[in-house]
Amino acid sequence: MTASTPIYNFAYLDEQTKRTIRRAILKAIAIPGYQVPFASREMPMPYGWGTGGVQVTASVLGPDDVLKVIDQGADDTTNAVSIRRFFEKTAGVPTTTETEAATVIQTRHRIPETPLAEGQILIYQVPIPEPLRFLEPRETETRQMHALQDYGLMHVKLYEDIARHGQIATTYAYPVTVEGRYIMDPTPIPKFDNPKMNDCPALQLFGAGREQRIYALPPYTQVVSLDFDDHPFERTSFDRPCGLCGSTGVYLDEVVTDDKGGRLFVCSDTDFCEKRRAAGQRGGASL
Amino acid sequence: MYVAVKGGEAAIDAAHRLLAYERRGDPAIPEITHEQIREQLALAVNRVMCEASLYDPDLAALAIKQARGDLIEAIFLSRAYRTTLNRFGYTEPVDTGGMRIRRRISASFKDLPGGQVLGPTFDYTHRLIDPALAQPSAISEPSRAEPHHAAAAPHVTALLDSEGLIEPNQRPEPDAAVADLTRGALGFPAPRDLRLQALARGDEGFLLALGYSTQRGYGRTHPFAGEIRMGGVEVSIIPEELGFEIPLGSLMLTECEMVNQFKGSAEAPPQFTRGYGLVFGHCERKAMSMALVDRSLRAAELGEETGAPAQDAEFVLSHADNVQATGFVEHLKLPHYVDFQAELALLRQLRAEWEAERASAETEPRGDTGQGAPWTEAAE
Repeated sequence: MTASTPIYNFAYLDEQTKRTIRRAILKAIAIPGYQVPFASREMPMPYGWGTGGVQVTASVLGPDDVLKVIDQGADDTTNAVSIRRFFEKTAGVPTTTETEAATVIQTRHRIPETPLAEGQILIYQVPIPEPLRFLEPRETETRQMHALQDYGLMHVKLYEDIARHGQIATTYAYPVTVEGRYIMDPTPIPKFDNPKMNDCPALQLFGAGREQRIYALPPYTQVVSLDFDDHPFERTSFDRPCGLCGSTGVYLDEVVTDDKGGRLFVCSDTDFCEKRRAAGQRGGASL
Repeated sequence: MYVAVKGGEAAIDAAHRLLAYERRGDPAIPEITHEQIREQLALAVNRVMCEASLYDPDLAALAIKQARGDLIEAIFLSRAYRTTLNRFGYTEPVDTGGMRIRRRISASFKDLPGGQVLGPTFDYTHRLIDPALAQPSAISEPSRAEPHHAAAAPHVTALLDSEGLIEPNQRPEPDAAVADLTRGALGFPAPRDLRLQALARGDEGFLLALGYSTQRGYGRTHPFAGEIRMGGVEVSIIPEELGFEIPLGSLMLTECEMVNQFKGSAEAPPQFTRGYGLVFGHCERKAMSMALVDRSLRAAELGEETGAPAQDAEFVLSHADNVQATGFVEHLKLPHYVDFQAELALLRQLRAEWEAERASAETEPRGDTGQGAPWTEAAE
């Protein structure tokens, strides 16, 4: 055994693998919301930690791209740091924390607050791509339900939520309909972010490594959160602004500040919050 | 005053330095080498090679060292390396009938051509911790059979086959591609070649439990260990430009053929059926478990009653891979506070509504049924 370090291809994956993944991506773009099976590879990070997103990113990334990686809206969460470093090391591309400066953004659980623009690609990490999975565990069944557009089970589930709780008791991974055809899992983003998916100028790609599926939303795709006429979709709202930058209408994280019930609500999107503060905006908890 | 948590990068670096420090253990104790692991923890190496689907004892030993003995982590390391390797061709099928036998037992026949060969086995050892192993000790030479004793050892199932007592193995189409789940997404219904591949790299513990469940009645298959054999087989390839076979080297394999009762159906006469296990190295428990589960997964094709977990291909194959399983289970360690926040808000709201309902119910006279709070109904 030699101690020499293996030399990996640009962005880790070999070109043959990238081509097969790009073919799956093209098919996914052609059929918005449809889950395309693909030959997911073992990656040097664990399944469930973003391997699908990483493979999609590796397949679309070019040397001129600028990459941003977020987890829970933040650039400095440990797994975001780990994935960003992976591409710094294997692709040598410049990275950024600025949403506007990025051409490719890989995300877990959030869509940035700053609106995305044409030419950008937002890549979601997907744990369970199948929105019907928790209603029907069998892939053989759910594929057929999608093929026949047989979504009664989902509507019954939502109806039962209303009957029981007076509302649709789903707060994240809130299912959507794409272009009136496929029901799609938006990944575990809070339902607060769902409206940002609709008519988005950026290309949105979704990679599920362990489950071996890729799906996509081309720019300006119609994405509608499921609801009923008498129980319309409601976006989560917060009754206070960000404690650091004073923003309203953004998604907030609740931070426990002491053991006496002290709480601070701050922007989940760290880049957005920092920019606001750099511009002189202040919230109630700022020094 | 709260300051947004920064320093993920520094924390990761520090954690990895600490990991390397812990891996080394007490520096006063000599560092273990991967050669020592390869030679003296060979069964761990075999398991890693088997479930990583990569036959490289040195690499597996190094992975075990790097993983501090965590075999699933070592399997993961080997898999992540394997996936970067080029494929330059496909070997010819190995001939396990021509195996250079190191161990070969049959539970079906007392004696048979080629004989019973116990080989290096824990079987019939008394499981008493041996204090002598705490010190280095001299090892006595093993006894060796005379070379002419190495008689041909045909498969037990081939002996049964000649009488028509066991279902024949289906001959593959010579040019048919073999399914490969490392090059395509797992799909259902999964053909047997794909199932066998998934089982061969599946988690030993998972398959052991599933196989055990069939013995306890969850999809009984009435198995006999027709044969378990372990030894070396030659691997060869036919390069396109040459057109003839070139030997590449040899592999250690463990093969298990289960012989299972079958009462027959409208299409097939009563006969024995087969469950098959084949794994890298000496992994007998895994080979036997694999053979049990392989047979269970054939229940539907044989027209048997189904419904037990081990008979459900989608359930078994979707959950047999320990690298996938450990990744998804352990991903719960990752931050989920955005989703948790969303749930917190909903729970607070539902609780407030519940309190309000209850307060208003208490002010109304008892016996006023009909319009209960939805949340209260749910709790019943």
